[in-house]
Amino acid sequence: MDNEKIKIGWFSFSCCEDNTIVLTEIMNDHWQDWKKIFDFRHARVLKSKNILDELDVAFIEGAIASDEHAQKLRDIREKSKKLVAVGACAVIGMPAGQRNYFSEEQKQEIEFLIARFSALSKVLKVSDVVKVDAEIPGCPMEPKIFLEVVNKLVAELTNKAPALT
Amino acid sequence: MHTFDLTLDRMTKVEGSAGLDIRVKDGRVEHVRFKITEYKRFFTKALEGKPLITLPQLLSRICGTCSNAHILASIEACEHALEIEPSAQTKILRDLTMDGLNIRDHALHLYLFSMPDIVGKDAFLDFDENDPWQHQMLHDGFEIKAVGNFLATLVAGRSVHAVYPVVGGFTHFPDEKGVGEAIAKLEAARPAVLRLIQVFKDCTFSFDRKTNFMALVPKDAYGFIEGCIITGNGECIEERDYRDHLERVVLPYSQASAYKHERESYMVGALARVNLAKHLLHPATVASLGATLDLFPSSDIFRTNLAQAIEILHCLDHALEILKTYAFKPEEVIKKPAREAIGIGVVEAPRGTLYHMYRVGSDGVVRQGEVIVPTGQNQINIEEDIFTLVQNLLPSMEKDQIQFEIEKLIRAYDPCMSCAAHFLKVKWQGVPR
Repeated sequence: MDNEKIKIGWFSFSCCEDNTIVLTEIMNDHWQDWKKIFDFRHARVLKSKNILDELDVAFIEGAIASDEHAQKLRDIREKSKKLVAVGACAVIGMPAGQRNYFSEEQKQEIEFLIARFSALSKVLKVSDVVKVDAEIPGCPMEPKIFLEVVNKLVAELTNKAPALT
Repeated sequence: MHTFDLTLDRMTKVEGSAGLDIRVKDGRVEHVRFKITEYKRFFTKALEGKPLITLPQLLSRICGTCSNAHILASIEACEHALEIEPSAQTKILRDLTMDGLNIRDHALHLYLFSMPDIVGKDAFLDFDENDPWQHQMLHDGFEIKAVGNFLATLVAGRSVHAVYPVVGGFTHFPDEKGVGEAIAKLEAARPAVLRLIQVFKDCTFSFDRKTNFMALVPKDAYGFIEGCIITGNGECIEERDYRDHLERVVLPYSQASAYKHERESYMVGALARVNLAKHLLHPATVASLGATLDLFPSSDIFRTNLAQAIEILHCLDHALEILKTYAFKPEEVIKKPAREAIGIGVVEAPRGTLYHMYRVGSDGVVRQGEVIVPTGQNQINIEEDIFTLVQNLLPSMEKDQIQFEIEKLIRAYDPCMSCAAHFLKVKWQGVPR
């Protein structure tokens, strides 16, 4: 039965995960519908046994702060039909990337930490690394816009009229 | 004899990103490293040079789920720096903001993160709707979360990165229709909260250990914003003196700081609060709890879950009392000119004591700041407990089962890695442990 469901992945990179929280709040009203139509194959906030094989839609929140992040994001892109950047850090790289705009003095003061944890010299937004099919801006995202994008994608993937309101 | 390395790259059903390295040799644990692997976003560096009054909204972005607690700690620090005394109504609205946050946040942890471990399911959404009890829990969980979300939205504008609370007051006030709706929703959800308390009262998970507890405790009634910092030794530390009492420990493999008090690790969070202040809980909560409260004080880490469930009930009862009796009216936001000062704000976030400190110049521009979060304070306890847990389980359990038990225990601490990794330590100090 799960084969007919839309395979969803939810991934968090460098951010405060506010969109994850908003997602769990939107779920308060929509969980019964989502249980029927979505297969949450990879969502660490929801489950332990996460699978990254083939996804219909990958939602990406957060900015890209390391090579490891970038590699992981490319891997997700390869395995996903649609990729959606969610929230300000994913869409514009801020505020997770605020160190990009630090003064030279501030940058020097944090340099040893950037080096110790092998972080990128500049924090990237998602579209700097992979092709993005849709963007949901906001800090955090607006539930209404998220639902509009989800409805549109569901309609495209199932060739049906939007079902959720 | 067991010999293995156990590496957990990323834990699940927790807030943010954490990993774990464990080395076992000849049946003995050699080391445990609980690593907060969130990448630093350097908020305490970014606040330098910014106008003081912009900090609550900036620092809210340290953490999504704790955001409203960061906003209130930050506002308090700003108000102390500016010598602003908030109005009685502002204090009440802030208390309600905390009620909404705790209801929503504890429910997320208890239903979506912890309850699957009790039921033996991988995810809350995997609960079987044909099973009457699991069906009930699914509906209860989302109902309680929704009530907390509604209350936070009514009072603070949003349940994440709230927009109404500002330095000096609030910019919007609850309307009569919204208050009526909130009362109806809170009353309707109360039986679900009582069921939740029963679930975690009956839960047999246990990890008992002696530790020190610390929490900000008000004088007269249970709360999350006022009071002094109480420790297990009967001390009552004023908010402004906090820095003399917390000792920082640098863990070189973690992106977060850890803390000790008088050279000993300690625990903050709902268990600490209920242990230290159960006598202050709302009378309606106490009446409904009966003998359940006799389980506290408890040194069983898994009792954090029951303490959180109790706090949901307290927040619900407290909010109901206020909403039924208080008439909200529009008020001007209090404004004061900038001055050179140090402002300190301390609140009880859902996961424990949260400190914000800013040094600001006479031009109203911030020179330096510090934020100490609950998970940083619990980090040493978490490591010590995993060490003991693994050592105890080694003779009888396989590696996979041990991993499950470790995750279960860490979830009981309800850690928040988004918070823990925000900070910056400029000078490298200390010897790697």
